[in-house]
Amino acid sequence: MNRETAKVRVGRVDDIDPRGSRRLNVNGLEIALFRLSDGDILAVENRCPHKGGVLSEGMVCGPVVHCPLHDWRIDLRSGEALDPDKGCIETFETEVSADGSIYLTLTGALLGADAS
Amino acid sequence: MKTTRKKLVLVGNGMAGVRTLEHLLKLNPDLYDITIFGAEPHPNYNRIMLSSVLAGGANLDEIVINDLDWYRDNGITLHMGQEVSKIDRNQRRVYAEGGIEADYDELILATGSNAFILPIPGADKEGVIGFRDIKDCRAMQESSRKHKKAAVIGGGLLGLEAARGLLNLGMDVTVIHINEYLMERQLDRPASLMLQQELERQGMKFLLNKQTEAVLGQKRAKGLLFKDGSMLEADLVVMAVGIRPNVALAQRSGIAVERGIVVDDYMRTNVPGIHAVGECAQHRGIAYGLVAPLYEQGAVLAKRLAGVETGGYEGSVTSTKLKVSGVDVFSGGVFVEPEGARALRYQDEIEGVYKKLVVLNDKLIGAVLFGETGEGASLFAMIKSGENIAGREKELLLGLPADALSSGGGGGASARLEAMPEGEIVCGCNGVSKGDIVSAIEGGCTSLGQIKGCTKASASCGGCKPLVEGLLQIYAGDDVVTVKEGICGCTSLSRDEIVAEIKRMGLKTVKEAMNVLEWNNPEGCSKCRPSLNYYLGMLFPAEYKDEKESRFANERYHANIQKDGTYSVIPRIYGGVTSPSELKKIAEVAEKFDVPLVKFTGGQRLDLLGVKKEDLPGVWEALDMPSGHGYGKALRTVKTCVGSTFCRFGTQDAMGMGVRLEKAFERMNAPAKVKLAVSGCPRNCAEATVKDFGVVAIDGGWELHVGGNAGVHVRATELLGVVKTDDEVEEWASAFLQYYRENATWNERTAPWVERVGLEHIKAVLDNEQERKALHARLRDTLDRTVDPWKQIVSEPELRKNFERLPAAAAVSAPEERRSADQEEESA
Ligand code: SRM
Ligand SMILES: Cc1cc2nc3c(=O)[nH]c(=O)nc-3n(C[C@H](O)[C@H](O)[C@H](O)COP(=O)(O)OP(=O)(O)OC[C@H]3O[C@@H](n4cnc5c(N)ncnc54)[C@H](O)[C@@H]3O)c2cc1C
Ligand code: SF4
Ligand code: FES
Repeated sequence: MNRETAKVRVGRVDDIDPRGSRRLNVNGLEIALFRLSDGDILAVENRCPHKGGVLSEGMVCGPVVHCPLHDWRIDLRSGEALDPDKGCIETFETEVSADGSIYLTLTGALLGADAS
Repeated sequence: MKTTRKKLVLVGNGMAGVRTLEHLLKLNPDLYDITIFGAEPHPNYNRIMLSSVLAGGANLDEIVINDLDWYRDNGITLHMGQEVSKIDRNQRRVYAEGGIEADYDELILATGSNAFILPIPGADKEGVIGFRDIKDCRAMQESSRKHKKAAVIGGGLLGLEAARGLLNLGMDVTVIHINEYLMERQLDRPASLMLQQELERQGMKFLLNKQTEAVLGQKRAKGLLFKDGSMLEADLVVMAVGIRPNVALAQRSGIAVERGIVVDDYMRTNVPGIHAVGECAQHRGIAYGLVAPLYEQGAVLAKRLAGVETGGYEGSVTSTKLKVSGVDVFSGGVFVEPEGARALRYQDEIEGVYKKLVVLNDKLIGAVLFGETGEGASLFAMIKSGENIAGREKELLLGLPADALSSGGGGGASARLEAMPEGEIVCGCNGVSKGDIVSAIEGGCTSLGQIKGCTKASASCGGCKPLVEGLLQIYAGDDVVTVKEGICGCTSLSRDEIVAEIKRMGLKTVKEAMNVLEWNNPEGCSKCRPSLNYYLGMLFPAEYKDEKESRFANERYHANIQKDGTYSVIPRIYGGVTSPSELKKIAEVAEKFDVPLVKFTGGQRLDLLGVKKEDLPGVWEALDMPSGHGYGKALRTVKTCVGSTFCRFGTQDAMGMGVRLEKAFERMNAPAKVKLAVSGCPRNCAEATVKDFGVVAIDGGWELHVGGNAGVHVRATELLGVVKTDDEVEEWASAFLQYYRENATWNERTAPWVERVGLEHIKAVLDNEQERKALHARLRDTLDRTVDPWKQIVSEPELRKNFERLPAAAAVSAPEERRSADQEEESA
């Protein structure tokens, strides 16, 4: 396992509509970036733990996204599915700089060190 | 070919007998050749719903349980309107009055009961009837048209339901009861007095402690004379003083009869090969007068006839619920405390609530509830299970805490429901078992309404509603739609309350509405957000800015999301009429974007399936056709047939009309999807009579049909009316659709909506020309403000950006990114 970390600029806050989401690919892993109504930017693995639904297409209610396929609710901060469903997705650290740039912290697999 | 199957004959085409056969057919459909004799000229219907028919809550054709197709499909010979008058027990043959006879190996008597008509002078006059069958129901409905004053003799369940129905029919109704208080067979005095007060408030009059001595009048009843010498004017007299098991035939045929036909635990009479079930049967001294026991009896008999191992029938504990709107009365088990039992009471005069539980040896043996009957079903389940309730008396008396159903834990309602055997009847009125409900839920039913629709559970008296809801919670999990009228766990307000408040306070955004109306979940959920967004857009078409964040993926990205995250694209093909050049264009786009599948939809157009999200705007741009809205709660297709343009039978230009309607209503948002069709003649090749709005051409005009659905629950349309000109078709369609838009609950299609509000009501509104034109104008105004969503997205970078991936940062190599960037260039 690679313990190195790196920060990359992945876009700007304005690229994402409030209560909206954008997708991006990082070394083969699809990530969804969400912008909550309180301004927080959260990054998660773009795959519902239920049947792989694309979470970026879901409806954002507070810190929760409703999966577009079967309406599971996923807490974007913890990555956990809310009751009564069980499951978890990976979450990634993000930072927003003063000029509105979004930085994603890459660790392990995200750095691509294990890939290829 | 004559079969060697055994012959089974059923006498009595009513609830008990046919239910037994249904059960038998499920166990083994091939065992018997079945023949049924029924004295009534109808297929088997739900007798208990006659009260609703009388009160105006149901139509006669809605209460049929087994329609004629059912008999045919099951190979049953049915003789309707044929009363069996003789049984030859030695020859094993029955004879009907109309001359038909039939041999049997096994014979079931299910002749039910007759209304008991008091043997008093004048009881045979015109205008004196019982309340037992369709004929009686019709007689009451007819009387109410010509006569005004009704007297109902008997203050029990049946009498009160009859009286309520007659009130609804506009009659002046007096109930005469021999006892001091009403429903003394089910209620104790305090509950009965509360009931009487409530019914008096509804306009019912009572004469208690009165014994009727004679019916006065010449040919027709004019009034009643009582033992104390007083009199009452009445031109309709309904006798609801009790029922008598219908045993005449059995008695004549030498079968042992006491109060009813005597049967053992396997429903056998004393004559070999002859069985009896239902109200005509007397088991361990009891002849029941309710449906729940007869389902239990029927189950035992069916198994017996099918040769399936079964224990005997051991008698039933019964419960009743008065089916009178505005009065909630429940009674189950023993309600007068026997020696050694305790009675626990709770009474709240202000709220009009009374409860009484009867407890013997730490077990609940009976309950009476007035005013608040929500727990009736679970209390009844407890009575039947005989479980120990020590220590929980107070909780039960005051009502289970609301979360007890889901809290699982020892002895809770939910544990009891889970432990309930599959075969146990939950809905006594319609004989629906727990197993039936669970399979309905597994088959996709997620709301009480759906379960009601596909199993009939809770469709009659509604007493079992809490149990059905409990089962839903357990077996449907998160899918359960417990919302009352379109609203979710974020608010306790109903659809109508919300719309009224939005209007009253002029709320202008989803957020404001959630705030002001005190949502308990600040950003709502995937149910209320789209509802609010719809209601606001419907109410304020000019000011409201649609909120795409409060729409599902499909409506946000204007395409249907697929399980792998790709989308499908259905362009609009007006009326299903296309052209070679349009087809070529679609083909070229499909090739250019490598569309994995092209398919004709069931809605007469083409679907490009499996399009990548980032390709959507490019596909739309290349197609340069309007969105078909195949993804939205919006106008979908308008299907047509060729009509008079080519068809030798066509009477009108169906394609032209279809195209016109589709152009008129395209882009229309609605509470749910809306589908139209136009057929050129009554052969109806466009299937217009299962559409939300269907138009069928006739010579010189157009029939307008509404409220059809060909989806989960097929429902044929009802006829709204017939018009002459094309303009009228558009005007009526428009008015109907706008009235639906303004009044239905979000996610409610026209079929359930029409059923809920009634066609008559809709007709009355639309018949008013001024109103109709106003509705038409409002819809036109709304639609004139809409634009094609595909064109809009293609031309607005702010919207279009959401379809693209964010480019990956340079530091991280990501081959996929480059590919999508290439495509962008290509399509730009
Ligand atoms: C594409 C099409 C099937 C086909 O290949 O022919 C289709 C596809 C879907 N139908 Fe349908 N329906 C299609 C014609 C129909 C028809 C036939 C018709 O319109 O004449 C019906 C029955 C008629 C009716 O609606 O009364 C129909 C009744 C349903 C229902 C049940 C609706 C109901 O009220 O009972 C659903 C489920 C729902 O809406 O909740 C549904 C839902 C769906 C969804 C949207 C399921 C979903 O939520 O993802 C399917 C999307 C597939 C996809 O990813 O593209 N589809 N669906 C048809 C599109 C027609 C079009 O041109 O717009
Ligand atoms: C208005 C009303 C409301 C009710 N409400 C409720 C309620 O809320 N809850 C409840 O549990 N119960 C209720 N009941 C009672 C319930 O309807 C009966 O318990 C049930 O219908 C009995 O079924 P059955 O098959 O034994 O008799 P029935 O349904 O009466 O069927 C017997 C059939 O046999 C036919 N028949 C009789 N003799 C012959 C013959 N010789 N040859 C051929 N056919 C014959 C009769 O015409 C009849 O159609 C209500 C009844 C009425 C009338
Ligand atoms: S019937 Fe409709 S919803 Fe079901 S699989 Fe086919 S297209 Fe999908
Ligand atoms: S895939 Fe997300 S809920 Fe099913």
